[in-house]
Amino acid sequence: MDIDKNARYAASHEWARKEGSDFVTGISDHAQHSLGDIVFVELPAVGKTIKKGEAFGVVESVKAASDLYMPVSGTITAVNDALSGDPALVNREPYAGGWMIKYTAANPSEFDVMLSPEAYEAEAGKE
Amino acid sequence: MNLTPEPLAYELSRPGRMGTVLPACDVPETALPKNLLRAELSLPELDELTVVRHFTRLSQKNFAIDTQYYPLGSCTMKYNPKANEQAAFHPGWRNAHPLAGDAHNQGALELMYRLQDSLAATGGFSAVSLQPAAGAHGELAGVLMIREYHRSRGQPQRRTMLIPDSAHGTNPATCAMAGLDVVTIPSDAEGGVDMDALRAACDDTVAGIMITNPSTLGLFERNMEAIAKLVHDAGGLVYGDGANMNAIAGIVLPVELGVDVMHYNLHKTFSTPHGGGGPGVGMVGAAPVLAPFLPGPVVVKKGDAYAFEMPAKSIGRLKSFYGNFGVLVRAYAYVRMMGADGMRRMAENAVLNANYLKHRVEKTYKVKYPRRCMHEFVAMGDVAEGIRTLDIAKRLIDYGFHPPTIYFPLIVPEAMMIEPTETESKETLDAFAEALERIAAEARTEPDLLHDAPHNTPVGRLDEVAAARCPILCYRG
Repeated sequence: MDIDKNARYAASHEWARKEGSDFVTGISDHAQHSLGDIVFVELPAVGKTIKKGEAFGVVESVKAASDLYMPVSGTITAVNDALSGDPALVNREPYAGGWMIKYTAANPSEFDVMLSPEAYEAEAGKE
Repeated sequence: MNLTPEPLAYELSRPGRMGTVLPACDVPETALPKNLLRAELSLPELDELTVVRHFTRLSQKNFAIDTQYYPLGSCTMKYNPKANEQAAFHPGWRNAHPLAGDAHNQGALELMYRLQDSLAATGGFSAVSLQPAAGAHGELAGVLMIREYHRSRGQPQRRTMLIPDSAHGTNPATCAMAGLDVVTIPSDAEGGVDMDALRAACDDTVAGIMITNPSTLGLFERNMEAIAKLVHDAGGLVYGDGANMNAIAGIVLPVELGVDVMHYNLHKTFSTPHGGGGPGVGMVGAAPVLAPFLPGPVVVKKGDAYAFEMPAKSIGRLKSFYGNFGVLVRAYAYVRMMGADGMRRMAENAVLNANYLKHRVEKTYKVKYPRRCMHEFVAMGDVAEGIRTLDIAKRLIDYGFHPPTIYFPLIVPEAMMIEPTETESKETLDAFAEALERIAAEARTEPDLLHDAPHNTPVGRLDEVAAARCPILCYRG
């Protein structure tokens, strides 16, 4: 499984990365591999404020549909529109072209308590 | 199997060809109203023999329990005895009409009354409704009953339904349809409900819990009574998902485990046909606390006569007329053939077959929870590098077996959910286990044989991504 060392992780397999003053989130390589071929990604409206742990969207693969959970509370500033035409980007580049949302964090300290790349790798490896 | 792909009826069509030559018209011709004529309706033009061959060939390509083994987890694809069909074909049942009135349908009502009675006895329920037409329909009935119960007690704020993470996807979907909120309860290391998480979730917004026992992991929920007590003490009710009743029918009374309302699938446990889209019956049974809320009408006996009646606080109708009556006849025939002792042996043999098969399969495939299973078990298909459960499933088709349910339950990676049922012989179970063993060997020596499977079918591996993203839903000429 690929791990982005610059990101932090949620136990529910979302990653978050600081980019400038904003945060970016998508799902991990482990998550995209478990889901299989992704056929649909539903993302929130820009401007929406979502709390940590609440669903910000839905990812649907040939196998299953799963809610996507906000790893850090915040207000959406951008969503990855490329995913509506090519959701398989999440399979091919989970940490790059397959990003899902950008947001300003309401409480950036929530980022600091997320799993480190090493801790997430150990956690996901158990599955 | 005939491996030639069958053309569409449209592709067999030839202009002007027809199956019937109508006699000369002996009344004055009247033109059809112009506004009702549609030029774009291109219907295929075929002769009778072509039509007969087309549909016969299609029927021969069917994968059916009458031709091959079908160990589809959570679906209880048991044999559907032909005696059931004989009973259902009787002209008295076949020609009964729902608008004939109770007086002219006493036989049909008596059968429904007796079936209600037998099903109530298998669950310990005080009353039963035969209305719902499928398992998820039965779930909706049960959840609406629970919602109505809380409203009737002046507690409409009870809107949270607790659902274990191993549950069928229909459970949360049902709650969404009923306008309730879902809180997911994680599983513990043993595959049971995490009791600490359940305790923490039991507050005064709880409407109830939806629980499947045995669970979709094929495991008996050992803490069932404690779970029911926690939820009851918090003021909630217990919904039992009876999809897995085949493992416990005739042995355990769900009401004694604390279940307040439950559905069974007559098209699973009670041997009526399914897999072709129905029709099914997801009857609901209720403990006294919820019996007045059952959907109706139900059949009651008044003196010597039978009549339809709405339960006192019924959530109303869920189905036109009286449910899928033909299925009820088949289930009643089955119940009477089996009797209480037979029902118990049915469940015992379902569990025995599953444990026998699990014992063989777990020598080659990982099994997530190794403890003794009930009527089904969950193995994992990642037997070699680069091989996934989908590859195993597709290769099984080449060996003449229907693949098990795959990638469910969601909490087991690469899941293969195998339910043998009690109606299969040891020889069939052995043949299936041998196929799985041979496929595991092929996975190491000839992995592409699996990646490209199935080979022995009219069409090969289908592009599921394209099917989901760019479906072609009608013939385009």
